[in-house]
Amino acid sequence: MAATGERVLEVRDLVKHFPLTQGIVFKRQIGQIKAVDGVSFDLHRGETLGVVGESGCGKSTLAKVLMALERPTSGSVKINGVDMAAAKGGALKRMRRNVQMVMQDPYTSLNPRMTVGDIIGEPYEIHPDVAPRGDRRRKVQELLEVVGLNPDHINRYPHQFSGGQRQRIGIARGLALQPEIIICDEPVSALDVSIQAQVINLLERLQNEFNLAYIFIAHDLSVVRHISDRVAVMYLGKLVELGKDTEIYDKPAHPYTQALLSAVPVPDPEGREQRERIILQGDPPSPANPPSGCRFRTRCWKAQEICAKEEPLLEIRAGTAHESACHFAESQDIVHA
Amino acid sequence: MKSAKTTATDVLPAEGGLGNDALLEVDDLHVEFVTRAGLVKAVNGVSYSLRPGESLAVLGESGSGKSVTAQAIMGILDMPPARIPQGSIKFRGTDLLKLSEDARAQIRGQRIAMIFQDALSALNPVFSVGWQISEMFRVHRGMSKRDAMKKAVELMERVRIPAARQRVNDYPHQFSGGMRQRIMIAMSIALDPEVLIADEPTTALDVTVQAQIMELLAELQRESNMGLILITHDLGVVADVADKIAVMYAGRIVENAPVRDIYKNPGHPYTKGLLESIPRVDQKGQELYAIKGLPPNLLDMPSGCAFHPRCPYRQDNCVTDVPPLNEINLDRNSACHYWREVLDGSHG
Amino acid sequence: MSDIRPAGPLDPETQQSEALDQVAPATVPDTAQPGVPPSAQPKTKKKDGKPASLWTDAWYDLRRRPLFIGSAIMIFILVVMAIFPQLFTSVNPYDAATCQLIDARTPPSAGHLFGQDNQGCDVFAKTIYGARVSIMVGVTTMIVTALFGGLLGLIAGFRSGATDVILSRTTEIFFAIPLILGALLILVIFGRGNVWTVMLALSVLAWPMTFRIMRASVITAKNQDYVMAARALGAGAGRIMFRHILPNALAPVIVIAMINLGGFIAAEAALSYLGVGIQSPEISWGLMIADARDRFLEAWHPLIFPSIFLSITVLAFIMLGDAVRDALDPKLR
Repeated sequence: MAATGERVLEVRDLVKHFPLTQGIVFKRQIGQIKAVDGVSFDLHRGETLGVVGESGCGKSTLAKVLMALERPTSGSVKINGVDMAAAKGGALKRMRRNVQMVMQDPYTSLNPRMTVGDIIGEPYEIHPDVAPRGDRRRKVQELLEVVGLNPDHINRYPHQFSGGQRQRIGIARGLALQPEIIICDEPVSALDVSIQAQVINLLERLQNEFNLAYIFIAHDLSVVRHISDRVAVMYLGKLVELGKDTEIYDKPAHPYTQALLSAVPVPDPEGREQRERIILQGDPPSPANPPSGCRFRTRCWKAQEICAKEEPLLEIRAGTAHESACHFAESQDIVHA
Repeated sequence: MKSAKTTATDVLPAEGGLGNDALLEVDDLHVEFVTRAGLVKAVNGVSYSLRPGESLAVLGESGSGKSVTAQAIMGILDMPPARIPQGSIKFRGTDLLKLSEDARAQIRGQRIAMIFQDALSALNPVFSVGWQISEMFRVHRGMSKRDAMKKAVELMERVRIPAARQRVNDYPHQFSGGMRQRIMIAMSIALDPEVLIADEPTTALDVTVQAQIMELLAELQRESNMGLILITHDLGVVADVADKIAVMYAGRIVENAPVRDIYKNPGHPYTKGLLESIPRVDQKGQELYAIKGLPPNLLDMPSGCAFHPRCPYRQDNCVTDVPPLNEINLDRNSACHYWREVLDGSHG
Repeated sequence: MSDIRPAGPLDPETQQSEALDQVAPATVPDTAQPGVPPSAQPKTKKKDGKPASLWTDAWYDLRRRPLFIGSAIMIFILVVMAIFPQLFTSVNPYDAATCQLIDARTPPSAGHLFGQDNQGCDVFAKTIYGARVSIMVGVTTMIVTALFGGLLGLIAGFRSGATDVILSRTTEIFFAIPLILGALLILVIFGRGNVWTVMLALSVLAWPMTFRIMRASVITAKNQDYVMAARALGAGAGRIMFRHILPNALAPVIVIAMINLGGFIAAEAALSYLGVGIQSPEISWGLMIADARDRFLEAWHPLIFPSIFLSITVLAFIMLGDAVRDALDPKLR
């Protein structure tokens, strides 16, 4: 579990802005949505980096840029030292073998007109040199077995499976090319509660078995805590805090992380009266027009003049052991308060 | 907070004549859907009751019948394909199912109101939110446009929408998800309903906004003493606001209890499984407890106890006999033959 | 309630559909319903161990629909009629010798089931032979428009950007021309109408319908997660287009093509009726109706019988399209 492996992914100053345009034939740009705005982190072999944040914080765009489904506006995504963001054609296609994804919605992520065998076998058709033709059926059946499905169901169609089983099919497809990195974008949030634990266990087992590195994007903080070695907290396109899971959950330094943690509903009515809750006012501002300086300052109870003027960088600050982006960072135990 | 009220909890199936102070009593409700594939028994004998000022959480997964029950109470089920072969829904002693459609329409929205998960699709995009809120007063209270609009602004302030006066003429898409849910809540409480049903009110919202909405609902409930039915799949949300919980599985209530008891010591293997599958700090690095198997198919329900194919406590009689809602104590019931073993914590 | 449609909690109707949408996946399962575990699939009619694709499911569903069975039988008979009219009548209406002018407008009798028309020809035989033109024009126009409109729609939806803008604007120009009026103008320019010019005129004007449907469903399919997953695997444009997008975008196009087919048959009849379509001595229902029109009060049968056949044919194709749409639409399952 520990992040001792070598670095497989190196993200530096990643920026993705979407132009906001007006007009149909003659488009003109009237602004831009700063979905991801300067994100840097590393990922090591066998490690899980959790990414948490609210909708619109850019975590899904981050996933797409990491998957090279979107070209970054600037910055680099290096996989084993090679920049994927700059790669093209055959080189990019070969790099894709190393990074695969598991998507949120198991109902829309599988082509309803293809059999399970075709879906899981498609990676081999796209990359024929990975598995010789005669070998593919056997490989697909192996994969089905690995993710806990009956290999005899290879000829069935997705609609014949339940949500949890479909998510397993999606995971099998992601594993087919034996990637080193899997990006999980909300992999359990569309599943029934009683099924979520099964899928999380599967992801953890696969990680140990194949020494996979995960980027685990989710809004469920308790799930992220369970599976992650390190956690990055994202707000309006920027990382506001990054550290080991214990550091983020037990000693959060950024006010946003603290508010996020305190807002998590805890399945324990005993604690509900004693727990100190920080209830944030208002909604996150629009990423098209983020506040100056610190982006969180409009909802922050600690905000001072400096927060509007100077953007706090993600760095290790006095009195804390991990990186945070707040002028007034201060460790505070929220969950056990 | 509301702990004082919990002592008066009564989740028992209402026995005739008893519980006359109950606001809403659902008794042995059955709902079926006639579909091309066959008869889908969505709700199979659900009973619960609600008192003024009380919050009841109905917890269940998709297909458990939790929303269908609520829709039956509201009278917004499409019939056909749905039908209610059995059961009663008593609101202040009157069986809603025996009322005419006109009489039900009088109750719906005015005395029993409902809010939904997806506020965007529940609001009409072509009218301003002020117009939509004020319509409640124009149609049901016969107010003038000007007065109704004034009331709309008051309501928007009551649900804490900032700058309500300026935003009253804005359209739904100009509001964020959390604000839209507030507008929905404003509309639902406009006519001071006695029962508010909230169907997954925060599922579509972010964690920080979720907390705001739940707090708002709790405050509104304190102010008006209405009964709140909170339908959710999230054990965490429930723990924060509910007085009592009814856990549903495959169209039945499998356990009901005051909220504290259920978290401390669940009395049904399903509830226990759900609670154990939540990741906990001390389990880091270990495999999570997972309920095995899949949710039941409503077209082809398992025999006996619907949970038996997934249950670690299963014995032979679970496959054959449907467990009754056993009384654990005055406040609690469990539909498990082996609730004693479940409470003891010994795995079967 | 007032005249406006509030969507608040007070309006039972809006809520009803909305609320049911939310429960539908879980509580009203059907075969192709996501959310129903496979063990549950009730019609596991896989005696032969073959898997059920959405198409086979749709086929299974169709076979149990009276609407489909009725229209399919009707269409089968009409097609046989169009190809082998001799099977239904021994009279060849193209042979002038079969017409007895002296018997003009004789009402139906044992010898002439549908009676005789203004020229004394057998109405039954002409009605049977008339199916050929209708089916030919309908089917050919349908195929041409589906292929042409479908292909352009696929390109426009898939490529988006400038290609899409140019194609869509061009389509809108065609779309603005009413079908019958436009076809009438084209046929007048051509002079004498025949089966081929009628098909050409209808095809030129009708492809934008298929184009629009195809483009819209391609755009929907393009934004599905499984397309993103294929891109993430490194799939090329061809694979994405033909493996992932086209199979999922096809259903609405097939449905609209079948419904259009009925429309083309009606349009052919209308054009022939107006005198710019099929010309005698060719036989067409529209032409027969036009011929019988003036003497309707004296003899109703030369008008009524082809009209009935025309209506049934048009209806059969529209009903077939409807049944196929219901079977293919996952939302209705």
